[in-house]
Amino acid sequence: MMKTIPITHLKKYAQKKTIDLSDETLSSKNKFVEIFSNIGDVGLFLWNVVKNTFSRGFEFNEFLKQCFQVGNKSLGLISITGVVIGLVLTIQSRPVLVDFGAVNMLPGMVAISIIREMGPVITALICAGKVGSGIGAELGSMRVTEQIDAMEVSSTNPIRFLIVPRVLATTLMIPLLALYADVLGIFGSWIASNIKGDVSFILFISQAFGDVDFMDFLPAVIKTFFFGAVIGLVGCYKGFNAGRGTESVGIAANSAVVMSSLLVIVVDLIAVQITDLL
Amino acid sequence: MKEETEKQAREKETVIIINNLEKHFGSLEVLKDVSMKLYKGENLVVLGKSGTGKSVLIKCIVRLLDADAGTIDIDGVEINSIRAKELDNARAKIGFLFQSGALYDSMTVRENLAFPLKRIKKEMTEEQIDLKIKETLENVGLPEVIDKMPSELSGGMRKRVSLARTIIVDPSIMLYDEPTTGLDPVTSDEISGLINDIQKKYKTSSIIITHDIECVRSVANRIIMLHQGKVYMEGSLEDFEKSEDEMVQAFFKTKKNN
Repeated sequence: MMKTIPITHLKKYAQKKTIDLSDETLSSKNKFVEIFSNIGDVGLFLWNVVKNTFSRGFEFNEFLKQCFQVGNKSLGLISITGVVIGLVLTIQSRPVLVDFGAVNMLPGMVAISIIREMGPVITALICAGKVGSGIGAELGSMRVTEQIDAMEVSSTNPIRFLIVPRVLATTLMIPLLALYADVLGIFGSWIASNIKGDVSFILFISQAFGDVDFMDFLPAVIKTFFFGAVIGLVGCYKGFNAGRGTESVGIAANSAVVMSSLLVIVVDLIAVQITDLL
Repeated sequence: MKEETEKQAREKETVIIINNLEKHFGSLEVLKDVSMKLYKGENLVVLGKSGTGKSVLIKCIVRLLDADAGTIDIDGVEINSIRAKELDNARAKIGFLFQSGALYDSMTVRENLAFPLKRIKKEMTEEQIDLKIKETLENVGLPEVIDKMPSELSGGMRKRVSLARTIIVDPSIMLYDEPTTGLDPVTSDEISGLINDIQKKYKTSSIIITHDIECVRSVANRIIMLHQGKVYMEGSLEDFEKSEDEMVQAFFKTKKNN
């Protein structure tokens, strides 16, 4: 384990070697050191998660429990949002397509935009808020009340028991939730189309999927695995490294949501660029 | 007389030997050159004002915190230089009662007690685990709370359940971090009684961190007083109560007047 060298020792060493380590110099360098220290912390955390994911003693029961938690927590919200996306997209796009006499392109257009972008991103952002904050607050409160320390003393590796199952659960469940949102979004679109004009469900579906090919589907699914991993990792990192006071639980939950939402957008941007090159 | 006592002490079997321990948090020096020993079967109380490094000291013993300098030897194993697997083996001998109790609040009392058993005593069957949980809860006087959640328990009950979770793996060393903090005098006395019972029944060697003088009077075989991160005084309860030292007197007298 890496040991921290106390600043008093560094100062004594600096005096001998005539290095300028006065308080002023140190405070101006503090920000710089803090940034690199944080990057180091994140790197070390990621390495520990990866190492423990592939080491023996996988906590399968805890993983199943977390899968249920992630899915169950978000299912209702994802259902409503999925249907609403489909309804809104259809209601907004239909008048323009009617003007151009291209209303029969509506199912395909809505299906492509839901499968490629709206379904995965909206699902990920909802999960960042719902699941990411939950993980951050839960682990943060475990840190504050010394439950994580108690686990370590009981010869249990908290990364293996708490972090790995949560990260794997979000990585697996968010793609499934995104697919579920896609299905409900297309269903919502059919409802909106049916309100404005009489369209059979079979015809709507065949028109919708007639315009969708495998390359619309695959990159969208792949990126949702990354969204899931990002949400799990950020929530766990923020909660696991929460401070000691009760205030830090709120800070951990809040920063988990902000950081994971931002990273979802960044990952999406990268995914879109890569897909564009293919 | 003094020489003879010292000879007897040397002959006692040491369980923990701490030499020149130092711990800093940034520029704050919390422990400065602390050296001490824990002898087999004794209750050693580490006394001192808040912020003198008492909790940091026992967290360094189980390596929840890494010491900056010095050595901690537990049953002949230098705890700061061992790998994760050896550390788990060393920790299996130690029971740690946290100040807050640290019960897992998403688990029932039964699951809380089963958690360390399943990880440390892997050879035990489900029936043996269940029997052990019931027996340990009987020992702390709370057999009826077995299926309750920690949130349904009072502060004193949580402390007892936490104590049960600590002793369930039959540790040979117990570390208590302020066991009576936040409890009423009656419950504090009960916890002190339990600490003595555990010492006798499980033959444990214990370090008890506290600033509760009533608890000190009830459990201490030997006392070490920490002040500003250093060992300020070491001796028996009698030595401390008779001490002319201003700091020791202030501590003991203030508490007596209370």
